[in-house]
Amino acid sequence: MTTTGEHTINITLKVWRQKGPQDKGRFETIPVQNVETHTSFLEMLDLVNEKLTHEGKEPIAFDNDCREGICGTCGCVVDGVPHGPQKAMTLCQLHMRKFTNGDVIAVEPWRARAFKVIKDLMVDRSPLDKIIQSGGYVSVNTGSPQDANALPVPMEVAEKAMDAAACIGCGACVAACPNASAMLFVSAKVSQLALLPQGKPEAAQRAISMVRAMDDLLFGNCSNHRACEAVCPKEISIINIARLNREFIKAGFASEAV
Amino acid sequence: MQLDGKTPSGPLQNKWDKYRFETKLVNPANKRKYSVIVVGTGLAGASASASLAELGYNVKAFCIQDSPRRAHSIAAQGGINAAKNYPNDGDSIWRLFYDTVKGGDFRAREANVYRLAQVSNSIIDQCVAQGVPFAREYGGMLANRSFGGAQVSRTFYARGQTGQQLLLGAYGALSRQIGAGKVEMFTRRELVDIVIVQDKARGIIVRNLITGEMERHAADAVILATGGYGTVFYLSTMADSCNVGAAFKAYKKGALFANPCFTQIHPTCIPHTSDYQAKLTLMSESLRNDGRVWVPKDSNDNRRPNQIPEEERRYFLEEKYPSFGNLVPRDVASRNAKEMCDAGLGVGATGYAVYLDFADAIKRDGKDVIQRKYGNLFDMYRNITDDNPYETPMMIYPASHYTMGGLWVDYELQTTIPGLFSLGESNFSDHGANRLGASALMQGLADGYFVIPYTIGPYLATNGVSDITEDHQAFRDAAQKAMEHDQKLLAINGKQTVREIHVKLGKIMVEHVGMARNAAGLKQAISDIQSLREDFWKDVKVPGTASDYNLSLQKADRLADFLEFAEVMALDALERDESCGCHLREEHQTEENEAKRDDDNFCHVAAWEYDGYGNTPKFHKEPLVFENVKLTQRSYK
Repeated sequence: MTTTGEHTINITLKVWRQKGPQDKGRFETIPVQNVETHTSFLEMLDLVNEKLTHEGKEPIAFDNDCREGICGTCGCVVDGVPHGPQKAMTLCQLHMRKFTNGDVIAVEPWRARAFKVIKDLMVDRSPLDKIIQSGGYVSVNTGSPQDANALPVPMEVAEKAMDAAACIGCGACVAACPNASAMLFVSAKVSQLALLPQGKPEAAQRAISMVRAMDDLLFGNCSNHRACEAVCPKEISIINIARLNREFIKAGFASEAV
Repeated sequence: MQLDGKTPSGPLQNKWDKYRFETKLVNPANKRKYSVIVVGTGLAGASASASLAELGYNVKAFCIQDSPRRAHSIAAQGGINAAKNYPNDGDSIWRLFYDTVKGGDFRAREANVYRLAQVSNSIIDQCVAQGVPFAREYGGMLANRSFGGAQVSRTFYARGQTGQQLLLGAYGALSRQIGAGKVEMFTRRELVDIVIVQDKARGIIVRNLITGEMERHAADAVILATGGYGTVFYLSTMADSCNVGAAFKAYKKGALFANPCFTQIHPTCIPHTSDYQAKLTLMSESLRNDGRVWVPKDSNDNRRPNQIPEEERRYFLEEKYPSFGNLVPRDVASRNAKEMCDAGLGVGATGYAVYLDFADAIKRDGKDVIQRKYGNLFDMYRNITDDNPYETPMMIYPASHYTMGGLWVDYELQTTIPGLFSLGESNFSDHGANRLGASALMQGLADGYFVIPYTIGPYLATNGVSDITEDHQAFRDAAQKAMEHDQKLLAINGKQTVREIHVKLGKIMVEHVGMARNAAGLKQAISDIQSLREDFWKDVKVPGTASDYNLSLQKADRLADFLEFAEVMALDALERDESCGCHLREEHQTEENEAKRDDDNFCHVAAWEYDGYGNTPKFHKEPLVFENVKLTQRSYK
């Protein structure tokens, strides 16, 4: 092993390579020397990709965009944990100072029945969009609203709604769940809109439609493992799942919503 | 070419009403016969797609990301302006209009800006109705804050995630229309060409990023809402996929590009530390409401910031601008930070950083209050730098953040190509030479929700339903050309990666076309860009094939555009031999080092027309006429 400086480490990546949805896929071992510890995890992957490009090899495909933890594009399973070892953080915000010299790091895509692997670490998360399309909104056309202050919303309610609305739709909750359920994702949107007066008229129908869409799209059910909450980069609480369950049961009694 | 902004006549306050009354409407029953392509699903694109679909048009929406919820609008932190005057502190539509025109240093069209201020209030109503969880007061009313130099509190916000919440609101509205079958959504697609038939925009060619296939899409009109070009500087606060491609391809097809040199450098970003860095992270400008900016008085002072006593600190913004202090506009704050660092007073590893200190605010309001206001920003800073801003001052430095220039559009947001419209950051229209804080979100949503649904009508009503399909020869030719372009890039097989060349371009742009510019530097930049472009076409290495997900190829195509576009930017900066807003020509400064405008010679929009590869583009002028405001020299003292 080469020696390392004060702020550099040597690591070994075991990274998932898969040409496409039909390919079986495999782990590839890539030693990476002299990684500066101030580098982010994705910058480290960038450097690996630069090296692969120079060698005429195909770079590792991974999704990412804003690199400030808000767009929800990035995400891989690092050493078995979606978004890696650091709590409440997306993968793009993980820095190499969290690793030590000599570490072997396994990097895999989200694995869930509903998410197909596209290539290497990229997966198809469009089922999450389809769940939103089934009812994750307030039906209001452009131009029709009343004055914004005509509807007071108590600060505590607005804050709770904001807590739920902070979901970035990255899919880590699905990847972490042993059932590959999207309950935390669904519950965040259902909660945000059920808490606010604007969302109340459609609350029952929304809960039913979104849960039904989730089932149809091959996501599993919730069995209260709480793995979702543990890996959520935005710390969305499973209180929202409890709220979704209440909304769903309530909706069952409102016959017109079924 | 005579540039006609199509500004309606009559008093400023009545122009928009007059326009809406006088234009041709599309019969409600006929709207379903028209199809409209919208490229981009940020605030402008998503709101436009949703609103047009609600009206009955058939919309095809495209985005480069894997989901329409991820466009870079999502990263806007601070807030959105509106002239609601809820705090009763003297705001009005007129004041918001005036502040915006003045903030843009009188280089924007009066009528467009006034309309923006007029529709600002409806945006807030719309977003609240969608369930956007804006911050509230205890009584349940919406909270406001003063932001980025405004002397009234007109900014609405959702913690430090306003862009995210507004985008998710628009995404919800868009999703509803996708669910209803009125919008067909195409993700992971990148525009590679605009198809023109008989001088009108009739569709687009997009690369399917997963398969590499060139797909053809026809429609009755095309709307670009594809964002800005800040990544021309390589390091910027923009997301990785942000690029000039769509706008540049429109430019190459004949749409004029206006004021490309107007770029905004944001004062509060986490400083650059090393070459491996992929981006610079923005810390919301709202931090300047409570943080105090300073540097040590002595350039050799190597003590930790907390050990430097008060009298040995230089609060340079407060000293120089007593009435605005730390809240001076972005360009002023940025330039002063650069000046301090150039003078050797900068701090941090590279000497290119200044302190942003919250010690006084924490003492005054308590840590809890500061945490509630900025908690997520402080956490973000701490994670990236390994430093705790509750205990030690943040370090900040300016970074490329927003681009005011863009495709030239008229009052209807139509480019010089009939049937091709441009919204949000991708057009040039509302911010002039500088954009005020919390105005980008406002403009994106104004264009999408409240302008384009009206202004696209006359074009469609006049031109009728097109019978041109994807099988038209023009579509086949464009797709073929795009494929040949890919093959050309793949065949070079040189030695430098796309990233390496992009880094070089960034250095040229930061050095010569950044915060301060001069004629000699700009001429140097033009020749450096030209030779770098030659290098690129001889020596770039793009592995893989065109029939697969190939990020290197995508990025090579984007960089090829940037290498041409950068030259137009430098040329525009050279041609504009005055200073205004963010565009500081060192030759033209006031005694206070402020941008010194030359209204006699440069009170115009500069619009560039493509004239073939390697040729100097043709220059056109749209004179700016100010009937309602008096042009004054900005002074924030």
